[in-house]
Amino acid sequence: MTATPGTLGAAAPGGGALTARPRGAGRGRRRSPLQTSARIVILVVVFGYLVLPLFAMLEFSTRGDYGTRDLASYAAIFDYPDVVDGIVTSLEIAILTVFGMLLLLVPTMVWTVVRVPRMRRVVEFLCLLPLAIPAIVIVVGIAPIYRWMGQHLGVFGASPLTLAFIDIILVLPYAYRAIDSGLRTVDVATLADAARSLGAGWPRAILQVVVPNIRGGILSASVLAVALVLGEYTISSLLSFHTLQVVIYLLGKRDPFVSVAVSLAALVFAFILLYVITRFAPGAGERAERAPEEEPAT
Amino acid sequence: MTGAPVTAPASSGTTAAGPATRGAGSRRLYGARNYLALIPFHVYVGLFLILPTLIVAIGAFTTAQGGVTLDNITRMFTDEVFVSAFTKSIQLAVATAIAGAIFGALLAWAVVRGDPNGQLRQIVIAASGVLAQFGGVMLAFAFLATFGFNGLVTIFFKSYLKVDILTDASWLYGLTGLAVVYTYFQIPLMLIVFLPSLDGLRQEWYDASASLGGGGWAFWRHVGGPILAPSFLGALLLLFTNAFSAYATAAALVSQGSPIITLQIASQFQSEVVLGQENVGKALALGMIVIVSIVMAVYALIQRRASRWVR
Repeated sequence: MTATPGTLGAAAPGGGALTARPRGAGRGRRRSPLQTSARIVILVVVFGYLVLPLFAMLEFSTRGDYGTRDLASYAAIFDYPDVVDGIVTSLEIAILTVFGMLLLLVPTMVWTVVRVPRMRRVVEFLCLLPLAIPAIVIVVGIAPIYRWMGQHLGVFGASPLTLAFIDIILVLPYAYRAIDSGLRTVDVATLADAARSLGAGWPRAILQVVVPNIRGGILSASVLAVALVLGEYTISSLLSFHTLQVVIYLLGKRDPFVSVAVSLAALVFAFILLYVITRFAPGAGERAERAPEEEPAT
Repeated sequence: MTGAPVTAPASSGTTAAGPATRGAGSRRLYGARNYLALIPFHVYVGLFLILPTLIVAIGAFTTAQGGVTLDNITRMFTDEVFVSAFTKSIQLAVATAIAGAIFGALLAWAVVRGDPNGQLRQIVIAASGVLAQFGGVMLAFAFLATFGFNGLVTIFFKSYLKVDILTDASWLYGLTGLAVVYTYFQIPLMLIVFLPSLDGLRQEWYDASASLGGGGWAFWRHVGGPILAPSFLGALLLLFTNAFSAYATAAALVSQGSPIITLQIASQFQSEVVLGQENVGKALALGMIVIVSIVMAVYALIQRRASRWVR
């Protein structure tokens, strides 16, 4: 009956709990008391270090007059119009970045898989390149280009929304990995050829056949892009665009309590976004599918 | 063009991408056309990534008038301020990478012991993503709320413990403060990078080691350690570049001067600088690219080795 855990796992893709239980039990066998206590000590100490500043933010932002607690700092967020503007600007950039990134990356990556596998390494290299070029360096190099756009492209060229162009570059490494892991789980070449042989053109084959099959990867790439845009400071501050982070920074000089309140709210929002993808993105399913392979049924 | 070829087979001969044109003679042309579809991507990356990099690289070797010069590069190596900024950035990155890697690896180990699809693990991964990649300015504020002049810990020590530790918050605004905050976002990054490698350690390897009489220590010394070593080293390098390139936290925290290289580049960029030094900032930026590229190249080599075991 040793085969049971593996078969259960295979029969229930996504039913992670079924595979997880026996694996956990298997590991528990060799867990000595020393290991357990070491684990608890590490969790408490390192978690303590990670949680303390977050708790301090909560404490700091809820300070009222004369030692009382209130939510005035949170309510005051909306009294600062530039904070609201910053949030709106950043969200608009985030939407543009997500669509721009998908439009640029998905057809290109599908095409490299289906038609020109030789170029796959090149595209991968270019996508990972931003990891080797710090954001501050990109600012220095891109400032002349933005100056040119501001002078020659009118209202559009001077808009903070143009930051989406750079944010798409910054998110490439993460988006590439997310979409790539999606593409690896399905046979895209066969899917695309099947769609084409049934009469679909390339746009339709990609949009209606390939995209639904890699939606997990696309979802993670999009959420990572949103998180990146909302957290981006270096480039917007040096190019003098008032995005969320720049506004938070400026507010910190005027009203530290409200700026900490905005920061904590933004961190919590980002956490919820990322928690949703770790639950529903391909990663979770992948682990469940991989479990039988890691623990051969024999 | 959507859907047309099915009802009109003849037209599929005219659409270049259609299978019908896949004759032996037109194969080369067909292949070339395939590459055309990649042009938008290359143009985009060329405009917004390669071109800026070239502007930096070429600018580092030119004067404000456009003449060729090595002065900017020379100044980077001779000017006390720049040498010290590079040195401090590297020290900061090394120290926080090592601290972050050790604590992050321990945390990853503690998390991976638990239920692989459990709540703890998913919460930790999501929280790590936020703290590692989202932070910047907001983490600086978090530490101001903790250890700043009016911070939680500072006030606690002052009013309840009556001891004189941490009551002077000025350490937070200098390099020590940077090291503490950087370590804070290095730990979750390490967790994200290292967790898959720990997952790759298989139960059978442990069982095999145990059946040969090996205990916990023997397993880590002869099996787990050597297998994880390349991943650990690779993660260490990634953490180094992460701290070395970081700007936002430092900009929000450091109150005086520009002790590290990213702040130095920013101040060169923001102030219209001294005559004859217009492109020094670009030389410094080029210096950063060189250092990060070397580290990333070593990382890629190690990663290739690590992927042999961790699939």
